[in-house]
Amino acid sequence: MRLRVNPIACTGHGMCAELLPELITLDPWGYPLLASEMVPQALAGHARRAADACPTLALLADDSFVAGPGVRHGRRHAG
Amino acid sequence: MNTITVGHRAGPRLLAGLSYYGPAGLPDHHRQHGPLPAVGRRLIDVVDAAGLTGRGGAGFPTGRKMRIVAGGRGSKVVVANGCEGEPASSKDRLLLTMLPHLVLDGLAAAAAAIGARDAYLCVHDHEASLLESLQAAVAARKDSVRIQVSGVPGRYVASEQSALVQYLNGGAAKPAFSPPRPQERGVRGLPTLVNNVETLAHLALIARYGDRWFRSAGLPAAPGTMLVTVGGAVRRPGVYEIELGTPVGEAVARAGGLAEQPQALLVGGYFGAWLPAGAAWPVPMTHAALKAAGGALGAGMVIALPASSCLLAETARIVRYLADEGAGQCGPCVFGLPALANAMADLAYHGGRGRAGRQLAALLPLVERRGACKHPDGVTQLIRSAVRVAARDAREHDVAGPCRGITREPLLPLPGEDL
Repeated sequence: MRLRVNPIACTGHGMCAELLPELITLDPWGYPLLASEMVPQALAGHARRAADACPTLALLADDSFVAGPGVRHGRRHAG
Repeated sequence: MNTITVGHRAGPRLLAGLSYYGPAGLPDHHRQHGPLPAVGRRLIDVVDAAGLTGRGGAGFPTGRKMRIVAGGRGSKVVVANGCEGEPASSKDRLLLTMLPHLVLDGLAAAAAAIGARDAYLCVHDHEASLLESLQAAVAARKDSVRIQVSGVPGRYVASEQSALVQYLNGGAAKPAFSPPRPQERGVRGLPTLVNNVETLAHLALIARYGDRWFRSAGLPAAPGTMLVTVGGAVRRPGVYEIELGTPVGEAVARAGGLAEQPQALLVGGYFGAWLPAGAAWPVPMTHAALKAAGGALGAGMVIALPASSCLLAETARIVRYLADEGAGQCGPCVFGLPALANAMADLAYHGGRGRAGRQLAALLPLVERRGACKHPDGVTQLIRSAVRVAARDAREHDVAGPCRGITREPLLPLPGEDL
């Protein structure tokens, strides 16, 4: 899974950092900083929950990306 | 500003028809280049073979972009970007005012090649006389594509390609979150080709003279000519046509050479970077070579900063302008750019507390790559290059206070000021 923030939609509610502190912290102005775009399998459920909870739907969890061993930017599923 | 063109090895191409007596009308244009030949989809192959890249700053291969749009479903749209948001650039304005039919030929050729029936020529909406003269130029032609001249708000980010498309769709002239990109879904949801007006002018000549002719100027990996705007401490500031790969120093020589002892060159405009004058001098003007030298080609601006100016103060002033010019959409840009502008102003004008440097270093990573468009990244690149090139100066400013250079009148142009 790959996480993205739509910076236009994001208004800095900060829910994502509450729900996914392992990957998301907030900058001094309250906007999310992602430690990594790729979500480890163990955190996929939390990431999904954080994306669903975002009041402006600015956090995007893209399931078409899977993190493989040593793949930094992920790759798409075939088909 | 002067507009003097002296032929380099290949001689001027775009500017071959430039007259000092006034804009080139359709008969003048046809006398210079002949009528635009009938073109079709095959033109895309010729553009590919020519190796033309976008002259608006990003340098994306034009043929590839045309192919993506041509391959989309249904009818297509072409947008000519003539907004020239870079305050230090004058090349697009020169083409649109003096050689409008070269741009319109390119627009018509691009439309025929990708199968577009509608085209838009976008310029800033406060340029009333330019809008009028372009409308007259369109009316004088018989194009099968419908060309509409559109005025768009004159903000810096309004001419970003997704902002143009959003504005033509009736929205705000602000960058959009991608994907989809305009090539996939643009004006009225149709695949849309957005090209800079200089790119289209080259296209008009490639449609006439072919890819081998185009490649007879420039370098194999960076073919053709480009328009550059040379300014600052040079004897004849203005727009010049050079071959790609011409050394930066030679571009300055074309503008009459240096008028004062230089300190640094700003290459690529306010989206570019400062380079030490000596180091920049031999660097070929190509995207790859300037990037390797820590700079950027951008839309081809070279500004010479004299040794008696303060590079940090000049940069602080530009950063403040750019911070005010954001679209106001993305948090890191809305809050980060003013914070950076404050830190730069501290460093340039106040200093003496040893804090501004640390503040800048902490702020830069909080802004980089966090906007929907590249506006914030352009600002951080400019600041990073300033504190790199003027590193000793920056330390002295930060610890001991500003240098004497801040008393000199600002050199870098901003809109609304007399040039």
